[in-house]
Amino acid sequence: MTDQGSDTKTATTRFALPSRILHWLMAPMVIAQLFIGVTMVASLAYYPLLLAIHRPLGVLILVFAVVRLANRLTHKLPPFLATMSPAERRIASWSEYLLYALILIQPLTGWAMLSAARFPITLFGPLQLPGIAPHNIDAYAVLRQCHSAFAFLLFATFTAHVCAVLVHTLVLRDRLIDRMAVWPTKPPP
Amino acid sequence: MDPDDRGDEQVDEPADHGAENQPTGPRFGALTRRGALLGIGAVAGVAAVDVGGFAYAGGWLRPGALTPSRFADGFEQVYGRHDGFRRNHAKGLSATGSFASNGAGAAICRAAVFRQGNVAVIGRFSLAGGLPDQADKPGTVRGLGLLLQADGQQWRTAMVNIPVFLDSTPQAFYERTLVSKPLPDTGKPDPQKMAAFLDRHPETVAAMKIVKQSPPSAGFADSTFYGLNAFYFTNSAGTTVPVRWSVVPQDAGAVAAPPESFGKDYLFDDLIRTVAQRPLNWRLMLTIGEPGDPTNDATKPWPRSRRSIDAGTLSITAVQTEEAGNARDINFDPLVLPEGITASDDPLPAARSAVYSRSFTLRAQEPKSPSEVNVRQVLS
Repeated sequence: MTDQGSDTKTATTRFALPSRILHWLMAPMVIAQLFIGVTMVASLAYYPLLLAIHRPLGVLILVFAVVRLANRLTHKLPPFLATMSPAERRIASWSEYLLYALILIQPLTGWAMLSAARFPITLFGPLQLPGIAPHNIDAYAVLRQCHSAFAFLLFATFTAHVCAVLVHTLVLRDRLIDRMAVWPTKPPP
Repeated sequence: MDPDDRGDEQVDEPADHGAENQPTGPRFGALTRRGALLGIGAVAGVAAVDVGGFAYAGGWLRPGALTPSRFADGFEQVYGRHDGFRRNHAKGLSATGSFASNGAGAAICRAAVFRQGNVAVIGRFSLAGGLPDQADKPGTVRGLGLLLQADGQQWRTAMVNIPVFLDSTPQAFYERTLVSKPLPDTGKPDPQKMAAFLDRHPETVAAMKIVKQSPPSAGFADSTFYGLNAFYFTNSAGTTVPVRWSVVPQDAGAVAAPPESFGKDYLFDDLIRTVAQRPLNWRLMLTIGEPGDPTNDATKPWPRSRRSIDAGTLSITAVQTEEAGNARDINFDPLVLPEGITASDDPLPAARSAVYSRSFTLRAQEPKSPSEVNVRQVLS
């Protein structure tokens, strides 16, 4: 566990700086990826363009997810706020694990799905990734269904996460979001 | 990573700080009814935009939009549902062979497939339409899908034996597919609906005239297959030209022996018997467009005077009954292209790519039935 190098109260109530930076770098990527994915499969004209973004963005998310998991395992979390009940704390913790699991497994599912369908995993120009699953249409069928199911689950979890943080921040006014802030915040009361 | 790794629960944590971990009721700012309502409203607004935006993007709030799913469902409306088969070009035969590149294509394209040498090919011969057991008829559009792999780069193409496509947009193709549905009493499309469609689509009428001028050959082996859509080819110097490709049979011009019978599968049966005797060869022709030639409209031919490069010979050396692991399980997505070939402004390949993908996903998840075309039965 690393020392956060500060003894101010703000430092102990916030997530570690690398955690906060990773959070705000990944959030737009994951949200964009969800919307690109759902738009792509419903579009005739933009399907290839969005797919060409979806593949490398998925790989980028996978890379960040691995870095983020390593960061998560090596940094302490700030304490829960007093405004969270024990049940809410449990839900918050488990939804965090679910989000970590999904951002790791969803890109791998997409990669494996394309591999099973014998598609090239093209990133940019001639740059390709190797396949990670046998060429098998039944494997593709299962992986493709998982990719959709994980996407809906990730979207639902993301939505619940945003709503929960906003309820705390806008309704309970407990400044929950300050814990993840990469912007200046008022010191807690 | 378990709920106990919170920083405040360390043993050396000051006791007064640990108290903050207990729910002790709100101690932040004064909560007012008005403030709380505004906050709830804001959260509800964010949730509505989030979920609504997602549902809109996914097409669930746009029942009129033509999505890949609805396109694939259109084929089911016309042909019925046939589990495990392609939504279009459902009847087919797997094939294997090679492409011997003579190196001439490298002048306009840097893709490895055009360097001098041999590359392996997986192919699939097919008939247009969603019925996997339709009777072979001379006038049914014939298809040839190819997957060429060179240097780890794939080139997939799905070609047909008509020189121009009948529709310039995916929407028109979808509408024409629906109005082509045979009526139960006549076995033919509703003439009024078809006439109304053709009235609105003069480009389809013009394309039909061109197609009539080149009647179908006797069989698959002596059919010319056209890629139809224009793509951009870029060579190693960075020069880009528009290209339409086709494969031209080397037996073309030879008088085709009349088929022994016009059995239900006669086109495929003849193909199977011919390949059992000798490989079938086609020349891969790359036709180069000039400024002003339409790249965005597959119904319009390019002038006959356009230069073509003979890039080499496609040989089909064996055919196989469709089954797990062969061409049955390949999506001949026209936008799987090697480095050096890119899509043009033609709207069809994007839509084909999207709908083929949907069709592939649907049939992958359905139970599979044996193919109508069976090599062993024909050769026994």
